[in-house]
Amino acid sequence: MCRDCGCGDAEVVPVEVQERVLAGNDREAAHNRAHFVGHGVLAVNLMGSPGAGKTALLEATARALPAVRIGAVSGDLATDRDAERLRAAGIRAASITTGTACHLDARMVHRALHEFPLADLDLFFVENVGNLVCPAIWDLGQAANVVALSATEGEDKPLKYPVMFQAADLVVLTKRDLLPHLRVDVDRIRDALARVMPRPRLLVLSAETGAGLEDWLAWLENRAEHLGAARRLAP
Amino acid sequence: MHEYSLVEAILGRIEEEVARQGATAVRRVELRVGELAGVEPDLLADAWEIVRAGSCCAGAALVVHPSPARWRCGDCRAPIDRSAPLQCPCGGAAELEAGGELLLERVELKLPRAMA
Repeated sequence: MCRDCGCGDAEVVPVEVQERVLAGNDREAAHNRAHFVGHGVLAVNLMGSPGAGKTALLEATARALPAVRIGAVSGDLATDRDAERLRAAGIRAASITTGTACHLDARMVHRALHEFPLADLDLFFVENVGNLVCPAIWDLGQAANVVALSATEGEDKPLKYPVMFQAADLVVLTKRDLLPHLRVDVDRIRDALARVMPRPRLLVLSAETGAGLEDWLAWLENRAEHLGAARRLAP
Repeated sequence: MHEYSLVEAILGRIEEEVARQGATAVRRVELRVGELAGVEPDLLADAWEIVRAGSCCAGAALVVHPSPARWRCGDCRAPIDRSAPLQCPCGGAAELEAGGELLLERVELKLPRAMA
């Protein structure tokens, strides 16, 4: 019996919806993607654990590409520290301080993009919140997902976090300079990636020493060409 | 974790449907959650309990249909075992046929009889 208006008995009716829960986020992401592509800017979503070396990788990238105009937003629960480091490296950077949110979503990135003149940028990084779980499923409008995995994190991370690694277009094994001090077999990491990533792609580098950085820069340039970016990411 | 954001998105979409259909309440919400959707069904259920309070879904049961991961070669269509390497012997890469979805499938709405 409908208690509110006394119109008669209520009836229960099933209504098919069949919509993706993330449809709203994905619409916002599509807008972001259109902005990036429209301005010929290669946008990369950089994910990884806290301490994996995301900020260091971006600092090294900026130092190695002084002629490339790089923008970045850095997501963190608190502080502006990552964005400060990026600015010190010559990157036009802003923070997204998420408070308690464990991931960035397309709306947060959209709002942050208002501060950036995309027409004056070649390359844009979203440095996501340090987390191997949540960020994986939120499309932000990026052209590619890159997951930073540090040599100190062990060989089985990909198997433990399959959703994140499945979403990766590229995995960068960071802190390569520490490998001689660790009992880590890079081939076992490749094997683990092959079991969760349909098209496994791994680069091994050190932001500290620069070892392997050239392959990362070549990957970025290749992706920029795929985008049809008018500007090239030549060092 | 992010299950709260997802439950809020679900509630928002249901509220649209409630308005569209002129419903007075929601009885049941059915989701399909893939094994590789990046969502933990138990955490989703916990978040649901909190977020639905005071909303049109205050009396709505949440039913989650799990969907196991199924991989198939994108080229030759051969099934690929979930624990095996995802590169097919034929040279193709695996595609996720099922198990990646996070879908609001259907809702059961209470409509006043005159409108049903």
